[in-house]
Amino acid sequence: MSTPTLSEPVSEPLSEPLGQPIRGPRALTDDWSRFWHLTYNIARNEFKLKFFGSALGYVWQVMRPLLLFTVLYIFFVVISKVGKGGHPGEADYGVQLLGSIILFTFFGEVTSGSVRSVVDRENLVRKIQFPRLVIPLSITLLGLFNLAMNLVVVLIFALISGIRPMLSWIELPLILVMLVMFSTGVSMWLSAMFVKFRDIQPIWEVFTQILFYASPLIIPVETVRAKLVHHQFLMHLYLLNPLVTVFQQFRHAMVNHDALSAGQALGGWIYLLEPLAIVAATLVLGFWVFNRAAPHIAEDL
Amino acid sequence: MSSEPTATSAAPALAAQDVHKTFKIPEERTHTLKERALHPLRRSRHDEFKALSDISFAVAPGEFFGIVGRNGSGKSTLLKCLAGIYRADAGKIWCKGRMSTFIELGVGFNPDLAAYDNVALNGIMLGLSPSEARARYERVIEFAELEEFQDLKLKNYSSGMHVRLAFSVAIQVDADILLIDEVLAVGDAAFQQKCFDVFNRMRDEGRTIVFVTHDMGAVTRFCHRAMLLERGEVVTIGDPRDVADRYLEIAFGRNVAHDDEGENVGSARMGDGKARVSDVWLGDDQPGRRAIAPQSEPLTLKVLVTFNEDVSDPAVTMSLLNEHRQPVVVATTAQHSERTGDFTAGERALFAFSFHNMLAPGRYHPVLTISHRGSGLNVIDRFAGGMSFVVRGVVASGGMVEIPVQTEVTRGELVPHPPEAIQSAGTAR
Repeated sequence: MSTPTLSEPVSEPLSEPLGQPIRGPRALTDDWSRFWHLTYNIARNEFKLKFFGSALGYVWQVMRPLLLFTVLYIFFVVISKVGKGGHPGEADYGVQLLGSIILFTFFGEVTSGSVRSVVDRENLVRKIQFPRLVIPLSITLLGLFNLAMNLVVVLIFALISGIRPMLSWIELPLILVMLVMFSTGVSMWLSAMFVKFRDIQPIWEVFTQILFYASPLIIPVETVRAKLVHHQFLMHLYLLNPLVTVFQQFRHAMVNHDALSAGQALGGWIYLLEPLAIVAATLVLGFWVFNRAAPHIAEDL
Repeated sequence: MSSEPTATSAAPALAAQDVHKTFKIPEERTHTLKERALHPLRRSRHDEFKALSDISFAVAPGEFFGIVGRNGSGKSTLLKCLAGIYRADAGKIWCKGRMSTFIELGVGFNPDLAAYDNVALNGIMLGLSPSEARARYERVIEFAELEEFQDLKLKNYSSGMHVRLAFSVAIQVDADILLIDEVLAVGDAAFQQKCFDVFNRMRDEGRTIVFVTHDMGAVTRFCHRAMLLERGEVVTIGDPRDVADRYLEIAFGRNVAHDDEGENVGSARMGDGKARVSDVWLGDDQPGRRAIAPQSEPLTLKVLVTFNEDVSDPAVTMSLLNEHRQPVVVATTAQHSERTGDFTAGERALFAFSFHNMLAPGRYHPVLTISHRGSGLNVIDRFAGGMSFVVRGVVASGGMVEIPVQTEVTRGELVPHPPEAIQSAGTAR
C-alpha cells in the first residue's frame, strides 16, 4: 500500500490559510438572497401548478373555502338564524364567517401542507445543499399567495354586503403577521417532526378539526362566553388560542366595530400578551426544533 | 494531464481533515408515536455503520481530482459531506470559493412545468441568481437542442431530452469548485462525449473538479490525481494510473488468486489426469503476481504443470474467455511443429504464453487444456476456475479487441461507383 502522499500538508498548515471550515447542512444560510430566491421560486412553481394544472385552475382554490362558507352560511344564517340573535356585533355574520374561513384555510393549508413537505422533497434534500428552512417557508409563502387571492373575494363579498371601508382596515397586516407567525411556527415544528414520527400527519388532521371548532368561525365569541359564564378557566383556555385573537380582531377591525375586539374579549388589552406570547413561543420552538433537525434531515429521511 | 497543479504549492481549494461519518442503522425503526408510547423505556437499538473514517486530503485549485472506490466504499457519502448535504460527525472540511454539486442532474425538476420554470429553479438551486438564470435560458435551450420543445411540459419530454436539459443548466453554473457524482452514467455515448468535452473545457478553465466514479477510463483520462476509498478509508492518493490499478486489484481482488466458485466457466476438471495444471498467473518477469494487465503492453500468462505420469509431447492450449464467455484468444503449443518434449512423472514445467495485449478492457478467464498431441479429444487436464485478470486500458471502442487500425479517406474520382446492378435491381420490377 502506498502511503497517502498528502498526509503531510493536510495535517498541520492547512487550517491557517483556509479560514473557517464549512458547517454542513443547516436550516439557515449566509446567502440570504439565494434563500429568498429559492423560497420564492418553489412557492411560485407550486402556485403555477395549481393555477394551470387543472382545467378550472384557480377556481378550485377559491371554491373550497367558498363552498364551505355556503354550507355553513345556509345552515347557520338561513336555517338557524345565528346572525339575528340580538348580540351586538352579530350583524354581518356572513362576512365575518367568510373572512374567518379564509384565514383558517390559510392556517390549515400551511400547517397540513408542511407536514409532509420535507419528506416529499426528499430528492432536493438528499441531492443538493441548500438552507433547509426554505422548504417550510415556501409552503407559508404559497399559502400567502392563495390568501391574497382569497382576500380579494372576501373584499368583494364585504362590499356587496354593505360594509364600507374603515380606517381600522390598516390593522389587517398586523393581524396577518400574527397569523403567519403562528402558522409558520407550527409548520416548522410539524415538518421536522414528521421526518421521524410519521403519525404526526393523522394526529394533526384531527387537531386541525378541533381548532376549527375551538375558534370563533361558526360560533361567535359572545355565544361561547354566554355558555361558559360559570367556567372562567375554560373560557380563559379558549381565549388563549391565538386563532381566536386573530379571527376576533379581524372581525372587529375589518367587519364590524360593534363586535368585541380581541382585547375586549380577553378582558383587557394587557391580556393580549398571552396569545402573543404563545405565538412567539410557537415560532421560537418551531424554529428550534427545525434547526436542530436540519443537519440530519438528509440522513433521517 | 497537461498542466500538473501541485497540491502543496498554493492553499488548497478544497480540503478535508480527519473526516468521520457514522450512520445509525436502527434495528427496529420507531416510526410512530404509538410505538414510542407503548415502549417508552425501550432504547431504540441500532447498528453503527462507519461510512467514513479519518479521511484527509487536499485538492489544489484547478485540479481535477478523482475519488474512486467500490460500491459502499463511502465515496458518495464523502461527496455529500463535502457538498454540505451530510454533516461530518468529526473532522473539518474547508472549501474556498463557490461550490456546486451534481449528485444528480435536474434536481428539483417538476414534470408538470415547462422548461423555463424548471431551468429557473434548477439554476437557482445550483447557485445562479434569478437574473443570471433568465439571461442564460436561451443558451441552455440552445445547448440542449430543445428550441422546438421549450413550451412542452417536462413530463412530455423523452428521457434523453430531460437529461440534455438538466446537463445544459448544470454547465451554466460558474462555480469555482464542482463536485460531480457519476453524472456520466446517464445518456448515450454521444452525450457522454459531450459531457467529457465540457469537463475538459472546465478543467482547462482552471476550475477545481472533484469527480466521483468507478469508471477507471475516465479517471485516467481526466484526473490529475485520484484517491481510492475502501470501507470508508483512504487506501491511496496519487497518480490516477496507480490508483486505477489499486482499484482494480481491490475490486476484482478476491477472484484473482483462486476463486473456488469457479465463476461458472466450467470448473469441472476433465482428462485422464496424467498431468495437472497446478497454477496460472500473469507474469512479466516480475516477482509476485498481478491481476492487472495494462492494455497495449506485452502480456505473459504462465502455466505451471505438474506431471503425475510420464507424458510424451503434450500440448498446452490456452483460451482466454471474456466476460461473455466468448473465447477471444486461443493459443496452443501444438501450433508449432516442434515438440514440447518428454516429461517424466513428478516433473514440473512452466509454460508461458506471451502476446501483445490488445484486449478490450474487462475481465478475462484463462482456460487451460493439456492434451496428448495429435488428437484433440485425448485430454489430460482441463483447468478453468483458477484465476481471472483484468485488462485496464483507456481505449474501449466497444470491440472485443483493440487492434490499432489505420483510417484513410479518399475523395474525388478515385471513389468507385456502386455497381449498376444494385441500383437497377432496386428500381426494376
